[in-house]
Amino acid sequence: MLLNIKNLHVAINGKEILKGFNLQVNKGEIHAIMGPNGTGKSTLAAAITGREGYEITEGEIIYKGQVINDWTPDKRANEGVFLSFQYPVEIPGVSMTNFMRTALNAKREYLGLPQMKAGEFLKLMEQKKKLVEITAKLTNRSVNEGFSGGEKKKNEIFQMAMLEPTLAILDETDSGLDIDALKVVAKGVNELKSDENAFVVITHYQRLLDYIVPDFVHVMYGGKIVKSGGKGLALELEEQGYEWVKEQFGEE
Amino acid sequence: MKSKNRTITPLEKELLKAAEAKVLSSEKKSGDDIAGLHAALKIFKEKGLPAKSLEKWRNTDLFDWYQKAFSPVAEKEKFTKEVDDIFQCTVQGFDSNVVSILNGHYYSPEKTILQRFDNGLIIGSLAKAKAQYPQYFKKYYNKIAPVDANGITAVNRLFAEDGVFIYVPDGVEVELPVQLIKLVNKRGLMLNTHNLIVLEKNSRFTFLHCDDSINHDDSFINTLTEVYVGENASLDLYKLQNINDETVLLNNSFFNMERNSRLKVNVLTFNGGSIRNELHVNLNGEGAEADLSGLYLMDKKQHVDNQVYVNHNAPHCNSNEVFKGILDEEATAVFNGYVFVERDAQKTNAFQRNNNILMTSTARVNTMPFLEIYADDVQCSHGATVGQLDNEAMFYLMQRGIPFEDARMLLMFAFAAEITDDIKIETLKTNIDDMVKKRLRGELSICDRCVLHCTTPDKPIEFEIDLSKI
Repeated sequence: MLLNIKNLHVAINGKEILKGFNLQVNKGEIHAIMGPNGTGKSTLAAAITGREGYEITEGEIIYKGQVINDWTPDKRANEGVFLSFQYPVEIPGVSMTNFMRTALNAKREYLGLPQMKAGEFLKLMEQKKKLVEITAKLTNRSVNEGFSGGEKKKNEIFQMAMLEPTLAILDETDSGLDIDALKVVAKGVNELKSDENAFVVITHYQRLLDYIVPDFVHVMYGGKIVKSGGKGLALELEEQGYEWVKEQFGEE
Repeated sequence: MKSKNRTITPLEKELLKAAEAKVLSSEKKSGDDIAGLHAALKIFKEKGLPAKSLEKWRNTDLFDWYQKAFSPVAEKEKFTKEVDDIFQCTVQGFDSNVVSILNGHYYSPEKTILQRFDNGLIIGSLAKAKAQYPQYFKKYYNKIAPVDANGITAVNRLFAEDGVFIYVPDGVEVELPVQLIKLVNKRGLMLNTHNLIVLEKNSRFTFLHCDDSINHDDSFINTLTEVYVGENASLDLYKLQNINDETVLLNNSFFNMERNSRLKVNVLTFNGGSIRNELHVNLNGEGAEADLSGLYLMDKKQHVDNQVYVNHNAPHCNSNEVFKGILDEEATAVFNGYVFVERDAQKTNAFQRNNNILMTSTARVNTMPFLEIYADDVQCSHGATVGQLDNEAMFYLMQRGIPFEDARMLLMFAFAAEITDDIKIETLKTNIDDMVKKRLRGELSICDRCVLHCTTPDKPIEFEIDLSKI
């Protein structure tokens, strides 16, 4: 099993957001996590990636057989955990190439591999840019600075393609995307998908799942999963909305 | 009014004694500006050395430094060895005409102490030039900096005997930058030097002014620089400050700018006990433009103070100030930006910005913009920020696998890059970028020498990637 989250409780500033969350993900699988706003979806992404301020008060995150609760974000990343951010951060003064090459070489160093040569790196970048149809020169552009909403999300998938994660978490990747950009992003994901990796797709709407087809759909509410099913569940949610979830599992 | 009962500090006592002696001996010599010396002595007696009770010195307290009786009189060193043998600071791969000042005196073999080139460019010792080219001194020397600016400039007037003189004639565009290396190799000295740089109309010049230390001896450096930028002339001035923690550096620079002239100043402060840079820019002719920027990276108990005065005395002038700093440990910084717009200086554009990153809760910065505007058709703005590194950005970088320290470095370097990216000489920029990286890594201050020529080969600097150069 690639990821096994057991009875996870996570608090921010003492307030419990995740309340006994369980999830099991195997390689080769795509899991969709859906649910109304404020139910802890992004908290889950932050907890898996080790963000500061998200305190695990109970439970375990087991990744590749190891409890990673105390791992730093960079160690998790270098072990293959990737987060496509809901709101990618603009970092003025750090060029995309500089950033990507630093990240790539950090991973290689972690894995005990030699640094990638500049020419090789450049070629890899060009190749991966095509995957998400980024035509702009990234060399002189600062990370996400001046990128449109769509470009930012494409850029996340581009970075994912560069870093080739084992476990990719897509946090609301569809938000703010027009249909064309959505297709591009989905195409990128589908091309990267293999038997050796897994995706956790966090989304509010079913729309993205037309293009990234999940093996499992989980409905999250009140800090835990309240219902799981196949891809049909997503369509059900689309038709019925989240009201029934609230009714069935109680108003927060 | 209460009688002023100022405590005379040991340094002031030493300076007064030396000043009286100097005035006395000058009276016996012809050629010295006796009246000027008397005036300076009077001002110094009145004002003393600047104390923190003065508004403009409120956040820069040199009182502890005044407890040492630094001697303002330094023997002139005989030229026995090349400056490269004492200290190497020619920026690697950076082609420049190097001149040097050792212990306050121009340091050069006799034959190159004052050079006049075929195109009329003059580079050399101020003391020597004063005798040889009195016409320029009559016109510019002590005319740009007011003698009564403060006690520090008065002290400089009293004791400065030498410095660098540069004269760029009409229409001469000097390709090769001049690099000044200022050094001290004796302890306990107060070094007063006076530089005069004259750019006649339509000329162009680049000057690099480096203050360095070769050991950990204490010193008190007091530099006065007068600059005249003639009509349509253009000057790029870089100040590199990498001195030891035992040294005070006071830099007073005064600029008079004529119509359509252009000035660019970049002050890069890497290390030093206490450093204060005063830039006084007078935009006297229509269409003049001053671009003033600075970067300071301080730690330990170091202090840096940038005081920028821009006087818009004529219409249609632009001034732009960007100063940025990163302060670690218990370092302190001051930024005061004064913009003064005269009544007639319509269509003025004056922008000012100061951004700071504090790495610790013990580092401190005082930043204060002042705008005094008497014209009504102007655009002025100012802004200042003091903050920490962006946590969101830190997490973003670490989520991509970049370890904490490297992520921090990357963000600090990016913050500094806004200033260093502006360096127009490519090889200089590369060298400065390396210096910044080393400074941020904490590798620079342990170097006794200017890092540009550290004797130990450096380990390769990571994230040094700019594929546009491949």
